[in-house]
Formats: sequence, structure tokens, C-alpha cells
Amino acid sequence: MPRSLTLAGPAARRRLRTLGFLSPWLIGFGVFFAYPLIATVYFSFMHYNQIKEPTFVGLRNWEYVFDQMPLFGPALWNTLWLVVIMVALRVVFGLSLGLLITKIKTGVGFFRTAFYIPYLAPPVAATVAFVFLLNPGTGPVNELLGAIGISGPNWFNDPDTAKPSLVLLSLWGIGDLMVIFMAALLDVPKEQYEAAELDGAGAWAKFRYVTWPSITPIVMFAVVTGVVQTMQYYTQALVAGKVASGVNIGPGSVIQPGYPEHSTLTVPQLVYSMGFQNFNTGAACVLSLVLFAIAMAVTSLLMRKRSGLLSAED
Amino acid sequence: MTTTTLSAPAAPGRTTPLRGPAAARARRKRVLHWIAVHSVAIAVALLFVLPFVFVFLTSVMSDAQAMSGELWPDSWHWSNYKTVFDTPGFLDWWRNSLLYAGLGTLFTVCSAIPVAYALAKFRFRGRRTAMMLVISTMMLPPQVIVIPMYLVWAQQLHLSGTLWPLIIPMAFGDAYSIFLLRQFLLTIPKEYIESAKVDGCGEFRTLVKIVVPMAKPGIAAIALFQFFYCWNDYFGPQIYAAQNPGAWTLSYGLESFKSAHSVNWNLTMAATLLVMAPVIVVFFFAQKAFVEGVTLTGVKG
Repeated sequence: MPRSLTLAGPAARRRLRTLGFLSPWLIGFGVFFAYPLIATVYFSFMHYNQIKEPTFVGLRNWEYVFDQMPLFGPALWNTLWLVVIMVALRVVFGLSLGLLITKIKTGVGFFRTAFYIPYLAPPVAATVAFVFLLNPGTGPVNELLGAIGISGPNWFNDPDTAKPSLVLLSLWGIGDLMVIFMAALLDVPKEQYEAAELDGAGAWAKFRYVTWPSITPIVMFAVVTGVVQTMQYYTQALVAGKVASGVNIGPGSVIQPGYPEHSTLTVPQLVYSMGFQNFNTGAACVLSLVLFAIAMAVTSLLMRKRSGLLSAED
Repeated sequence: MTTTTLSAPAAPGRTTPLRGPAAARARRKRVLHWIAVHSVAIAVALLFVLPFVFVFLTSVMSDAQAMSGELWPDSWHWSNYKTVFDTPGFLDWWRNSLLYAGLGTLFTVCSAIPVAYALAKFRFRGRRTAMMLVISTMMLPPQVIVIPMYLVWAQQLHLSGTLWPLIIPMAFGDAYSIFLLRQFLLTIPKEYIESAKVDGCGEFRTLVKIVVPMAKPGIAAIALFQFFYCWNDYFGPQIYAAQNPGAWTLSYGLESFKSAHSVNWNLTMAATLLVMAPVIVVFFFAQKAFVEGVTLTGVKG
């Protein structure tokens, strides 16, 4: 067709134009994603202490991490514990608050703001605040519990309650999920509720057969992004451990991470302490790749249609 | 029960026979429902707000009282805030946080706009793949690539001890911002863009003159998110700025502040509030853009 000949010019120009618009990201993707990812794989087979030249050691780093590294087990356990418990409770609590907000008739603006604000507190500040609020000696929470005759737990200072305390902290910052669920709940067509009411449906039946089906994509989205975020859980766990330990550590100093008794040690913290405190680059890169594998497995779930991240037209 | 319903029609006439008692019952149910919902809401709101109240009350206590576990300050020591500001380095941390968050946001917005626009409005082969790669990058834990990146910045470019290794990459498209803005741009009707082209605008002019003004809420949302991300970032400054206290940010410095004033919860709480304050002030000025942005993250399929 002769037309295609005349279109060859514009088509090539269009391609160039597309490339031009995408170029910031294309460069960024290559330099700050693809390269370091390949380099991480490379270093996972190397012995490298960041001073001497790297030497090839085959699978030794991998064997070390999975068989010998004493902290790998606890770190993986803690990360998975947080992924399951924290994400589940956040979704349930966020959805409950979203439902509550849609039922409020008076002062919606006030309540929405009150529920939302803690989400904005910078993680370091929120964590320091919580370690203070929950400190077993003089913390306001245990003071209040004491006033009604309950002797409060040791919160961040007890290996059994340290992770649950982190969960409390994350529930305080539920604002983002609440707003997402609130928007989804307000989008459920009113007529469906009215129709269900005519059929004599009670509150639970309405939730189960009207609300739930229309919000499942959002719940799915919340679960998957929650899992990915919790895989990266770092700042709060690290700061809580450091501040609660009460040791005058000072920045940059090496302490055993995960106070108390490794109960708050997560895989990302282990990457940091391997790579930047022990200078065991190989082991740190193996740990990075473990994180990467789990994150990608979860992300591939997200790509499925049900989660709604990629719309049909993509 | 039966008697009331039976006697009801007699009074008001036949048009709305059940009006009186049924309406009263419905109203009573509504009132009880209102009370129940609002009691729960008030209780939850209290739980959400009390941490701020306790932090604030402790921040104005005297050194001695802050160690006591009492809840209400005997006397109000506003000077604690002055002490925090006078702490060596504290003002530098502020400056560094503003530099990181300000430049980081500017770079991110400028680089995300053209990319998001192309992904939302251009038809080209590989668009779906590009979107999937954007989402994958967005989901990638920062710890996965940090070691090779650190080695490049520290050993080849000698920029460790500064915040530049965190700021420069933001000029090359942040995946999360691209994704969010692209979702927003999808909602702009094609017709606006086409009519601009009919008027003889090139793609770039169309973007600047038509799309950007229409996408202001979306741009505001990604700008806010990026500002907050930088302001809150702890991991980044820990990797690149730890060895140089002159380059610390507030979020990173706060924890060392606690270490230095380990017994003085009052000073630590004052510093904590000072780290929280800017974010919350920004929120009150930009509430709408913010809530819009959060809603944008949970796009429906």
C-alpha cells in the first residue's frame, strides 16, 4: 500500500516522540533498577568486603545465608509474622473504620481528620512517640492501665509483645487504608442496598451480598500492597528496637539488631547490617534477592485483573 | 404491640395508616443508631488523638517530672522547645530535610509528568510491558538494590556523606509518582487533547498548555506524597548520610537525638512534635489534594 510509505515518516517520528517522553523513566529504569539488580545477582556469587577486589565463591554465600547465618531464621520468621498479622489486622481495622465513617451523620469531617492524622506522623517520630507512650516504667499507657488496676505488659521491651506493639503502631497509622475503603464504600450503588432491604436483608446480609462483592478488588489491592510494604518493614522496627533498648548507642555504632532478643529483627534490617556493618556484601545481596523474589511473587498477583491495578485497556 | 397497630388507623385517617407509632419506632431506632455510631466514633477518635496529647503534655514538663510518669505538667516549660532548637545540628537537620524534600519533589514532578502522559495517552507497542515494569519498580523493596547503588555512589562518584545520591535519581522518574499521575491522566477526556492538536499544538505544547493545568490535582497529590516520602525517609539518609552529621535530616537525626538525651523524654517529645509539625501543617493546607491522592492509589478495576 502506498499509504504506508507516506506514513513511515510520521510513524517513526511518533516512536521518537514516545521515546522522548519516556526517556526520564527509561534512563532511571536502566541506571537505578536494572543495573543494580544485575549487580546484586553478581555480588551474590562473590566474596567482597568493599575493600579488596571481589572474588568468585560460587554458591557459598547462598549456603551461608540458608544454613549457617544465625539471624536469618529469626529475621525471616519476624518478617513473615508481620506480613500475616499486621496486614490482616490493618485490612480488617481499615475496613471497619471505613464502614464506621460512612455511617457517621454528624461531624464526619472531624472524625475523618482525627482518624487520618496519625498516618501522617513521620515513622521515626511516631515510633519514638510510641516507645515513650508504651514504656513500661513511666509510660502514660501503663500509668492509665495501672489506674484501673491492670498491670500493663512490657510492650517494646518484651520479646513476646514487641511485635504486637509494632502492630498497634501500624494500626494507629491506618488513615491511608481508611480513606481508600471509605471511597470504595461510597461508590457502592445505593439502589443495591435499597433492593436488598426490600428483600428483607439484615445488616450482615447487606454487607455480605452487596458491599463485599463490590469492594473485593480494593480489599485485594490493600492486601497485596500491604504485603509488599510489610516486606520492606524497616524504619519502625529498627527505631523501636534501638530506642527501647535504651542503650546510648549513638548513630553508626554497631549493636545487635532486633532488640529485644531479635524479636523485631526483619529481613531488610539484616540486609543493612550485613552490607553496611559487617561488610559481607555477598550475604547481603543473597538476602536482597530473597526479598526480591518474594516481592515479585506478590506483585505478579497484583498484575492479575482482579486487583484492578492494570485496567482492561492496558 | 397489636393493640397499638390496631388502634393507629383510627386517629390519623386512612391515607397513612401506620404513620404515628411506626414513625416513632423508626425514629427511635435512628436515634439509637446515631448514638451507637457516634459513641464508637468518639471512643476511636480519642484513641487516635490521645497519643498526640500525651506527647505534647510531656514535651512541656520539667526534666524531673518527665521521668515521673505523671500525665499532667505541674508547670509549663515552653523553653524545652528552645532547648531543642539550640541543640547543635538541629537547624542543619531542618535545612537538609527541606533540601531533600524540596528538590526531590521538584525533580520527581518534572520527570513524572511527561512519562505519565505518554503512558496514559500515547498508543505504542510495549505500553503494557512498560506499565508492568513501572508497577514492578514501585513494588521493589529499596533494600534489594541498595548495595550496588551505594557502591557506585560511594566508590565511583564519591558522594557518600551527602544527600545527592537520594535526590539525583528523582530526576529520572519515580515509579510510584508516575503510576499515580498516569491513573489521574486517564480520567482526562481525549477530546481536550485532540482539540488542542487541531489547533496546531505539538505534543509538548499540548502537555504544557492543556494537560498540566487540567491535571493540577493529580500533580499536587504526587508532589505531596513525594514531599512526605522524603521528609519521612530514614533508610536513605542512614545509608548515604550517616557518616556525616552535617548531612543528616530531621527523620534521621531524631533517633540520635533520643540517644543523646536518653533520660529526657520531655526534650525528645518536643523534638518529636517538631518533626511531626510540618507534615501536619502541610496537610491542613492541602487536605483535598491529599485525600484525592490517597483515593487515587486504590483505583478500581
